[in-house]
Amino acid sequence: MAKSEHELTWKDLEIGCIVTDPGSARQYESGTWRSQRPTYDFKKCIKCGLCALNCPEGCIGPNKEGHFEADMFYCKGCGVCSRECPTRVITMAEEEE
Amino acid sequence: MTTRIGVEVSIAVADAVKLANPDVVAAYPITPQTHIVEHLAELVANGELDAEYIPVESEHSAMSACLGSAAAGARTFTATSSQGLALMNEVVYVASSMRLPIIMSVANRALSSPLSIWCDHSDMMSVRDTGWIQIITENGQQAVDNTICAFRIGEDRRVLLPVMVHLDGFNLTHVIEPIIFPGQEEVDRFLPPNNYPLPLNPDRPVAMGDFAPPAIFTEAKWAQEVNIRNSMKPILEVWDEFNRIFGRQYAPVEKYHSDGARVILMTMGSVSETASVAVDELRGAGQEVGQVRLRLWRPFPFDALRRAVSGADVLIVMDRAISLGGPGGPVASEVKAALYNLPEKPRVVSFVAGLGGRDITVTDFKNIIKRGVEIAAGGSPNEYEIYGVRE
Repeated sequence: MAKSEHELTWKDLEIGCIVTDPGSARQYESGTWRSQRPTYDFKKCIKCGLCALNCPEGCIGPNKEGHFEADMFYCKGCGVCSRECPTRVITMAEEEE
Repeated sequence: MTTRIGVEVSIAVADAVKLANPDVVAAYPITPQTHIVEHLAELVANGELDAEYIPVESEHSAMSACLGSAAAGARTFTATSSQGLALMNEVVYVASSMRLPIIMSVANRALSSPLSIWCDHSDMMSVRDTGWIQIITENGQQAVDNTICAFRIGEDRRVLLPVMVHLDGFNLTHVIEPIIFPGQEEVDRFLPPNNYPLPLNPDRPVAMGDFAPPAIFTEAKWAQEVNIRNSMKPILEVWDEFNRIFGRQYAPVEKYHSDGARVILMTMGSVSETASVAVDELRGAGQEVGQVRLRLWRPFPFDALRRAVSGADVLIVMDRAISLGGPGGPVASEVKAALYNLPEKPRVVSFVAGLGGRDITVTDFKNIIKRGVEIAAGGSPNEYEIYGVRE
């Protein structure tokens, strides 16, 4: 898909909305569904990666410093990472705050 | 020339499918469709038809198997009826949304409850909005011809849609009729090999029936709507070509003495021929009565209908199904919608009859026409009348 999902017209779609471009779903900004977001106190992070293993979205990975952090383009704010983190790095905050 | 052979209509439909040479048949038996799929299973088992016959465990699986088959680019056939059509309903929608040219015979039968194995059109109405092309037949020859046409229409590059061919349960499926079978060579010429443009292929991967976010879904549905509306032209072309080769012409709305008639009776399905006899007898008695038969239910032939009934005073529409708690006959409702905005139009009178296999005789049709004219003249407090119900 050269165009974003918001630019495609009905004439741009393949028959039956068939997707011919592998991996195109990564263009969908599904992070907008979120009502809560993770906040981090990285001083406590031991880089164990349990949050990444448990993330149902698979959107957590190490950042530049090696701390594990969610990609907010996809994060749905489910809070599993916060619940699983053994050192309580992650606190969920309301999105509108 | 071609000979007419006496054969049960279900067997004839299966033989028509054989002439179309499908790659896959996936079906689950249900009365009164059983003989169609039984005969196809026989043809495959005997080596007379080189196809995969998939004996699935339900109609939901039948249509699901058809999705996979058609997605791989295989010519695909199935058949069902009533509860079977209801059970496969969610997958019926998927077939048309994914633009897969699956061909399905529907042996029309009432939906439960109470349990009825006999004919009416409630099953057809339950799939009205599924986005399939839907052809209605009224005798065995039409069922045979349109089964062959359905493959050509559905697989047309401009169409790529699944097609249902409706034939009335028992009234057609279980009667022996004289049938002219098209020759295999002529059918091969008429029906080119299926050539689905984006089939499942490991060398060129695609994703079908995918997730669509709100930003795409409206565009996807509009593309589907434009496509089925635009299928009208290819449908007409296929019917015209069928006539050139085989000498039998079909049209979305077929007229019988309706030009210039003051009163027109509209029917669909096997009762149409009985209705024609009633029209003949009334015309013989000097009444200006005509008939139109609906051949194409989807896409709905708005223009052909408006042309066919323009100039008439009364249009009596006979439905074999009820939209419960709604406007009565689903076809009448559609017809009213098609005519409402016209400055001049016939008064539409809706009747429901023939539910769950109740016969509608020539006398019944004469009574319906008489009562329809009375209602048109005097009005009626009801949206519709149900014919023949015992008080």
